[in-house]
Amino acid sequence: MSIPVALTINGRRHALVLDDPRVTLLDLLRERLDLTGTKKGCDRGQCGACTVLLDGRRVNACLALAVSHDGADIVTIEGLAESCGLEPGQLHPVQSAFIDHDAFQCGFCTPGQIMSAVGLLREARSDPNLDDDPERVRELMSGNLCRCGAYLGITEAILDASARLRDAGAEA
Amino acid sequence: MPDTIPTALPAALPALAPGHVRHGSSIGQPLTRRDGALKVTGAARFAADNHPPGMLHAVMAVASIAHGRVQSLDIAAARAHPGVVEVMTSSNAPKLARHPDQTGQPFTYKLDLLQDDRVRYANQPIAVVIAETLEAATEGALLLRPTYAAEPSSTSLDQAERFVPDTVGVGSPPNETSGDVAAGLADADSRIEATYDTAPQYHNAMEPHAVVARWDGDRLFLDTPSQGLSMAQARIAGLFGIDAADIHIESPFLGGGFGSKGAVWAPQVLGIMAARLVGRPVKLVTRREQMFGPVGHRAPTRQTLRLGADRDGHLTAVDHHTLTASSTFDDFFEPSGRVSHTLYETPNLRTTHEAVRLDTGTPFFMRAPGEASGSAALESAVDELAEACGMDPLAFRIANYAEQEPKSGKPFTSKKLRDCYARGAERFGWASRPLQPRTLRDEAGLLVGWGMGTASFPALMMQATARATLHADGTGLIELGAHDMGQGAWTAFAQIGADGLGLDAAAVELRIGNSALPNAGMAGGSAHTATAGSAIHDAATAAIRALADLATGDERSALFGAGNQGVVARDGRLHRKDDEQRSERYADILARAGRASLSADGKAAPNAANQAQYAAHAHGAVFAEVKIHPTLGQIRVTRLVGAFAAGAIINPRLVTSQYYGGMIWGVSFALHEHALHDPRTGRVMNANFAEYRVPVNADIPDMEAILVEEDDPYVNALGVKGVGEIGITGTVGAIANAVWHATGIRVRRLPITLERLL
Amino acid sequence: MNRFDYVRAASVAEAVAAWVPGASFLAGGTNLLDLMKGDIVRPSRLIDITRIPGLDSIEPLADGGLRIGALVRNSDLARDRHVSGTYPALAEALLSGASGQLRNAATTAGNAMQRTRCAYFYDPASACNKRDPGAGCDARGGDTRLHAVLGWSAHCIATNPSDFCVPLAALDAVVEIAGRSGTREVALEAFHTLPGDHPETETVLEEGEMILAVRLPPEAAGFAAHSRYLKVRERTSYAFAVVSAAASLRLAQGRIAEARLALGGVAAKPWRAREAERLLIGRLPDAAAWTECAAAALSGAHPSGDNDFKIDLARRLVATAFARAAAGTPDRLPALPASPFAVPVVSSGVHAFA
Repeated sequence: MSIPVALTINGRRHALVLDDPRVTLLDLLRERLDLTGTKKGCDRGQCGACTVLLDGRRVNACLALAVSHDGADIVTIEGLAESCGLEPGQLHPVQSAFIDHDAFQCGFCTPGQIMSAVGLLREARSDPNLDDDPERVRELMSGNLCRCGAYLGITEAILDASARLRDAGAEA
Repeated sequence: MPDTIPTALPAALPALAPGHVRHGSSIGQPLTRRDGALKVTGAARFAADNHPPGMLHAVMAVASIAHGRVQSLDIAAARAHPGVVEVMTSSNAPKLARHPDQTGQPFTYKLDLLQDDRVRYANQPIAVVIAETLEAATEGALLLRPTYAAEPSSTSLDQAERFVPDTVGVGSPPNETSGDVAAGLADADSRIEATYDTAPQYHNAMEPHAVVARWDGDRLFLDTPSQGLSMAQARIAGLFGIDAADIHIESPFLGGGFGSKGAVWAPQVLGIMAARLVGRPVKLVTRREQMFGPVGHRAPTRQTLRLGADRDGHLTAVDHHTLTASSTFDDFFEPSGRVSHTLYETPNLRTTHEAVRLDTGTPFFMRAPGEASGSAALESAVDELAEACGMDPLAFRIANYAEQEPKSGKPFTSKKLRDCYARGAERFGWASRPLQPRTLRDEAGLLVGWGMGTASFPALMMQATARATLHADGTGLIELGAHDMGQGAWTAFAQIGADGLGLDAAAVELRIGNSALPNAGMAGGSAHTATAGSAIHDAATAAIRALADLATGDERSALFGAGNQGVVARDGRLHRKDDEQRSERYADILARAGRASLSADGKAAPNAANQAQYAAHAHGAVFAEVKIHPTLGQIRVTRLVGAFAAGAIINPRLVTSQYYGGMIWGVSFALHEHALHDPRTGRVMNANFAEYRVPVNADIPDMEAILVEEDDPYVNALGVKGVGEIGITGTVGAIANAVWHATGIRVRRLPITLERLL
Repeated sequence: MNRFDYVRAASVAEAVAAWVPGASFLAGGTNLLDLMKGDIVRPSRLIDITRIPGLDSIEPLADGGLRIGALVRNSDLARDRHVSGTYPALAEALLSGASGQLRNAATTAGNAMQRTRCAYFYDPASACNKRDPGAGCDARGGDTRLHAVLGWSAHCIATNPSDFCVPLAALDAVVEIAGRSGTREVALEAFHTLPGDHPETETVLEEGEMILAVRLPPEAAGFAAHSRYLKVRERTSYAFAVVSAAASLRLAQGRIAEARLALGGVAAKPWRAREAERLLIGRLPDAAAWTECAAAALSGAHPSGDNDFKIDLARRLVATAFARAAAGTPDRLPALPASPFAVPVVSSGVHAFA
């Protein structure tokens, strides 16, 4: 079974031919496209380590079949900054806030946390008070497990990045 | 694979105590993580991110019985699946040079490596399917459809016969007594006896155990997360009959370890065997559900504490009995009683351990092994006795403050626990706590409870080596096979190296996480910074001494005649101690000597004399607020304040994160984690992240860690104690005690579940 | 995951025509792929319905009702201003389920079709009459914290894990279904079936039928001022319900004109408690009313294992949910939707002595 799948990943068009419809978006990124920043923590939608932006929305890449998303636009941690028009080597405000607030330890869940945070900030555009409320951030980041226990820093980083973005008149 | 990483600019963090920062020193500075930029961009390569050319994917099939034998596997069905290259079972698995049940080396445990058809626990590997794609290997493993000859299994403390293990923990005696506990209890004016159950827990680092294995003749190249590179080399060398020096392991980043990556486990060795079998590189990643069995866990405990106190609230006796479990085939016994040896003053002290053998994987070191479970029970029991005495729980603990280690009678190397109590209590607002339970409500009518617990963890030293190099361009290099599990070795070790070499941290390159580097021991026992850090300090000191020798013996140097002890290294220059205006750049000293670089080795080891004379522990006090819905019983830990004294602080930002992480593990221990074995089959029925619950972000609304300053002249040259594990201790008891304070209900089975509060 | 044919349907007609025995319809995939990865289902064919136009809209109807397309994502539905304003318990239920990521992928139809979280159903090595009719039920005698206390049978004690379907049942939602022989409708309350002798049957869908939409009748809009969803969980977020309840009231002249109640986590289907609702009509909205109603709602309950605490808990939950509903729907969805901790007051850290 050969299935053509066209995907835009981090701004680059990929015309792929999949030999197997079982390939998830996560395994496609990690095992076939060497985009290994997106992590596999559970493979069952229970940890959030594989979070990517799919057509602008945060989803678990482990529970998405690549063939079902033919034509989609995907942003992973590797392409986050550039997808926002930043130069190579520059960090997205959420990325730099994660460093400043020590919002990770081992760093394994971090790409998923950051992509989830960016997705959350975009969702917040239709709910303007959302990102000012730490309790809402905590609730809406609860799909991203962190076994090292960096939750405090994660929440602070997101609130900080949100404020920085708002001050700069920019969107996540 | 980067051995080195770019340096992130330090950001100011004024909230952290400036007292830790010494002028001109990297140590004490709250530098941000040097690996931060790699980790936030996805560029940090973890083991499973590697993909050497020609690599195949391997997936384990694991047993669904806990005891018995594999009768059949449908190897033909798996082989017939397109893309499947090979099926490795006990019939074709490469023979090993040493049977995996032959252990003998310290920290080495028996492994199930397809050497026979027996099953000793559920989720034990029984076959490996190797395929061109991950999808094919995964389905191939399912198609094996094993059948078994199952035998009865036991997976609970009640299901097996008790015995007294020879040793508990790392070689400790199971039973220890000082004084006369029976007499102490008889003399008591108040006494309590209570039994506490703690649940089996599985480490579940976010990064599952993974290996990418590549053979080149008899040389072996591995990407695998390791908390002990040298021990991993030795174990693998023994199994395959090859030279440890021919095994090259890359482990620059661990996606969490918590002890479980301190040993090489079956999944990693099976990946190596698979690579040998097919003659191609192989990647094997443990599936999440397979993390519940073959890679260690914390055994359940049932602890009975009998405590007595006189009318002034002084302990007259502490009797701490632990029932725990190991596997049917190997020995690891959670030493829960040991925490009672060190914490509270008592004339009569007895700790006893019994165990049963269960059809589970072998338990292992899991973040604060012994201390976490033991502290959970002891801190609950102490709270119960304080209540019986009508005393405030903090006042009761202070009344029983141990000026010397109760078990040994030794003085402490340092102990700022009183400061921890005072500062934590003040910050938390403990003084306004009513003694009676079920007296606090918040504005919404939720029950509010305040509880506290004492935290403690031994300050250990292990063995490590390191190499320090000064380059003619004025930069430094620190090399050692150290491990960053997230605790921050990439950053803290550079800070230690920078101070040792008299350089700015940005001018020091650090190479860690690779087995070719000097043996840095293991990252465990909260001792890695103390041990490997001391080795770095020693190596850097030796390098500076050698550099000084070059200068002070050279008439052309401004330092000529200053002698070894007469110089000080700072900002890339050696200065005469007697006249700091007279100085010379490292680069100039090396250039004149015609040296491109200068290296020195260093090492660290326990100081036997100090250990004989002193007891060394980190201490802390944890204060917890819980809110509980009065009719529905749902619990939330709404506030945690921990104050900890753990010697010198290399990097307060990272240490704060370690304390947070430890305290969150305490929340998890108290309210969430519980591996549920079906008593009929022995299988873990919640081997996933939906039902094996760990806290989510919403469970952690507010937390604070106070870093109490403490100078310790004895533990090691840096004065560093460990910070990685202490945060769990104290916290579990504090939460359980807060639940009691909120509800008036003592829940002695952890994790505490809501139906017990209805 | 087994190999399968992948068929992408461009229309409902194409989708139902593509169906063969053993096939499954694929929408968001958040439950189906999880089940496939767990070797719990092995569909021979996946019919991808995500490209079918017209199934992803939320349409207010002329009669005052609402039609929710099968492919409307849970998060879009919850954040729709009309939905959260008119059916607040529905939005609260949706936002209390799963995670932000899963809600962005999961669909209306998929939520209604999600399978139980029974650990024995999820463990292919255990006997399960759902997976393998006649094999037996290993959940009985096992760990039953999340299992049923209402409507279970000797053959199955599993619960339906959906939050969304609980207020849907309370609000008399209707499921629009398409099959080869055309379309039909069934009340959501009747859509899921109790296990009886056939726990392998979970809904009234015939083979090859798919959900087109879920419709709320005009009357459902009458509860906007007094509607809550409340969910007891074992962590603050991202957990299935131990027990949950959707409670809605229509008040007139200080008395209860109409009440709606459905429970989650207690049965193989969202459990509508009509008898209990009737008891409230004409009553004052007070604690006595809630207690009586709660007792009636659980009157037929009995434990399916070591889970009798759930009966007591469900009674308490019903009373609490109605008390919250009576207090009025909050202006804004709480920060912790459906949580016992979703209190309108922001904690000041000052504690009053009781």
